[in-house]
Amino acid sequence: MRRDDYPRPVPDADSEPFWRYCHQSELRVQRCTACGVHRHHPRPRCPRCRSSSFEWARCRGTGLVYSFTICHPPVLPAFEERAPYNVVVVQLDEGPCMVSNVVDCDEPLYVGMPVEVCFRQIDEALTIPQFRPRVPVP
Amino acid sequence: MIEGVPPGRRAVIVGIGQTEFAKRIERSEAALACDAIMAACADAGLSVADVDGMTRYDVEQTTEWELVYTLGIEHLRFFAGTPSGGGGLASTIVLASMAVECGMATTVVAYRSRRRGAQSTFGPHPYQGGRPWAKKGSSVSGPAQYHHPFGLASPAQEMALIARRHMHVYGTRAEQFGMQAVAQRAHASTNPAAIMREAITLEDWATARVIADPIRLVDCSLECDGAVALVVTCAERAADLRQRPVFVVAGAQGEHPIHTQLSVYFAETGDFGGPRNGGWGIGERLFAQAGVGPRDVDVAMIFDHFTMAVPLSLEQYGFCPEGEGGAFIEAGHTRWPGGSLPVNTHGGSNGEAFIHGFNHLPEAVRQLRGTAANQVEGAEVAFVNGSITDSSGAVLLHR
Repeated sequence: MRRDDYPRPVPDADSEPFWRYCHQSELRVQRCTACGVHRHHPRPRCPRCRSSSFEWARCRGTGLVYSFTICHPPVLPAFEERAPYNVVVVQLDEGPCMVSNVVDCDEPLYVGMPVEVCFRQIDEALTIPQFRPRVPVP
Repeated sequence: MIEGVPPGRRAVIVGIGQTEFAKRIERSEAALACDAIMAACADAGLSVADVDGMTRYDVEQTTEWELVYTLGIEHLRFFAGTPSGGGGLASTIVLASMAVECGMATTVVAYRSRRRGAQSTFGPHPYQGGRPWAKKGSSVSGPAQYHHPFGLASPAQEMALIARRHMHVYGTRAEQFGMQAVAQRAHASTNPAAIMREAITLEDWATARVIADPIRLVDCSLECDGAVALVVTCAERAADLRQRPVFVVAGAQGEHPIHTQLSVYFAETGDFGGPRNGGWGIGERLFAQAGVGPRDVDVAMIFDHFTMAVPLSLEQYGFCPEGEGGAFIEAGHTRWPGGSLPVNTHGGSNGEAFIHGFNHLPEAVRQLRGTAANQVEGAEVAFVNGSITDSSGAVLLHR
């Protein structure tokens, strides 16, 4: 469902690749090619070793719920119809944390819940990475 | 505040002023700022013409030039802003005190004017009335681009994520935030300046509307209008003025990878303990500067955009051990009367008013003058901090 008031990222020099890869259903974050640390949000330098060399590393797409909330009104106009809805922080297996939503989930959320990425196309220009519960591989 | 400053040059707060606080005041932010500044000068026994310095938050919408040409101030020679919203409240006093002790200015006004009532929509700027997050529109840049598309926009929602993590790591219970909400509303009930004069019970908290689980409506700061100003000068000059001076004995600022803007709090992984996080670093420098410890503080004004910020601040500034902020509140330490460290005795941001926390400063001064509505008997040392989720700072005041 297209909504004109849906909040759209205005990509900048740092963030443009992140959103472009999302739109291709690929979750990629910056990975420092000097020290190997992954980071998100995108930044021009590695906060650990200060190198400006990095690559857009494809993530496994798996992680754990680090924290969560259930949002009730007041919320952004584009989200009014779906309130209450969840917002989570997911810690990716690669290390960084990322704000998202958990979808296709019937059980109550909990910190530590294993999740995996899935992609929701908002419209022809925007796809956002969301997460669904993941059954751990035995 | 600065080591080695001659006693006569030490920074003191000599004037406090505030407008009425209300859900809606039909006047501009500039008009409210003028009222508060004039009241602060009158309280000090100074003329507005004596003002030669100004400090403010950088989100403040009433500028120095506007005040200079409205109030007829002839010779402004120092002015500075400090980053962030609630983070900046104590930093304005740090800046003003530095200016006075360095000789950059003699009479510095720190001020904050804010029309945030739900219907106060005057002015197109995001910070001029209404909810700034709701006015960002459908094109979002900066850190918000990683939050808004997922429905995460309001400070309450962001703070809820921090609260939930704290509950997970330390076993903190949402009721403990509620107990702080109840304590502050009790303080507000006996403060004539407070907007919320009706006390609440823990049951009222438990049945209050959820805004962003675990945060309930009564945990939230008020959306309201008002302005506050303070006058900082030097001790020598204070001797000729109306009020007993309150000394700014220590001031410190801090920005850390984890203690950062609310909107990027979780961009860095890491939990609440340790020197990379918030008040830990600020508190150490603050107390070392003053030569006192957290136990010497008689009354604390803690920035409380949401009640959950109180236990976090108590931990980060060393008033209780890490992870025990909730238990500290539950034990009644933050209540007035009787608590070992009464917190937000004016009713705080969910009781008196939310002027971005700036109303906490005059309450600390009143406590040290002995004129607070809910007076802590014999209070000698007061603590005031800015938001632990912004570029922040804190001051220690002594009578």
